[in-house]
Amino acid sequence: MKKRLHFSLLFLGLVIFGFGLASSTGYNTYYVSETDSVENASSSEAFDKMMQVLTHERCVNCHPNDNVPKQGADSHPHYFGITRGDENMGYQATNCATCHQSENNDYSGVPGAPEWSLAPDKMKWEGLSRVEIAKSMMDAERNGGRTPEETLHHLTEHELVLWAWNPGLDANGNLREVPPVPKDEYIAAVKEWFENGAVIPSE
Amino acid sequence: MTISFQINGQAKSMDIEDGNTPLLWVIRDMLNHKGTKFGCGKAACGACTLLIDGEAVRSCSYAVKFAAGKSITTIEGLGNKENPHPVQQAWIEEIVPQCGYCQPGFMMATAALLEKIPQPTDEDIDKNIINVCRCGTYYRMRKAIHKAAQIKAESIDPINS
Repeated sequence: MKKRLHFSLLFLGLVIFGFGLASSTGYNTYYVSETDSVENASSSEAFDKMMQVLTHERCVNCHPNDNVPKQGADSHPHYFGITRGDENMGYQATNCATCHQSENNDYSGVPGAPEWSLAPDKMKWEGLSRVEIAKSMMDAERNGGRTPEETLHHLTEHELVLWAWNPGLDANGNLREVPPVPKDEYIAAVKEWFENGAVIPSE
Repeated sequence: MTISFQINGQAKSMDIEDGNTPLLWVIRDMLNHKGTKFGCGKAACGACTLLIDGEAVRSCSYAVKFAAGKSITTIEGLGNKENPHPVQQAWIEEIVPQCGYCQPGFMMATAALLEKIPQPTDEDIDKNIINVCRCGTYYRMRKAIHKAAQIKAESIDPINS
């Protein structure tokens, strides 16, 4: 009985601490937690579906770990020695917009979308596991200071992200590969994962 | 659709059936400005580089609809025989071209570079001038880029030059 009382007090304390932390960081709706096992099977399924997309080269090619954008299904380094530059958009006179516009160009096979650029260096995903990517994107230190709500918005509404399902033709006139999960299913999965507390499973 | 823009200081309105037509095609085939070259058609070689609102752009990969309301400069508008642009003057002095086909693209990219970095280092040149020259005139172009920077600086500040 005494043991149960201690456990209840400990649990109550953790809940209060958790609310305080959420309130102080402004993260009132969502939180990130790690568990040994994801109890909610639905959330786990949503996480799996979301990460099938976020680990696909359509996403990771623009989240490099070496400041070099990648291209294609084989994620080869961007041709012509293109690198990040100071503002994630290449160099002063030769930058992303020298070739990439706000839409795909099916005449040249050059892809394009609004705000075409590399993800900032802190958002490097290349080489990370799906759990590491999830931790990175929920960490305000590494996600550009985004709240969970803003991360949800980026993942489900940002035109550059959703371009992954409209990647256009490549330079040989072939359709680029899209992520393995249909867009609507991906968006629903991301929303479900956030609604269920953005639980990141252990490795 | 009608698309209006300025090209080399002149206002133009063009009736274009497909707004996704590459700007390069409009400039070469409709406006008959042949200085801008078709190289690869994949935004890879840079032979089609021109300036849009002062920024270097690969025109084979630029839908003409995006040019609406903008100011385009091609090699024909950079300067002329009587009053060459510093880049054109430097290219002549360093006798850069061999076959010459790719050179307008390099010169337009260089003109854009000098507006951003008036005195570029070799590293700046390596990063920003990534066009392709099959004759391999890169060595002479590097010299010409430095020369153009010098000419441009002297033309801006002739007293202290």
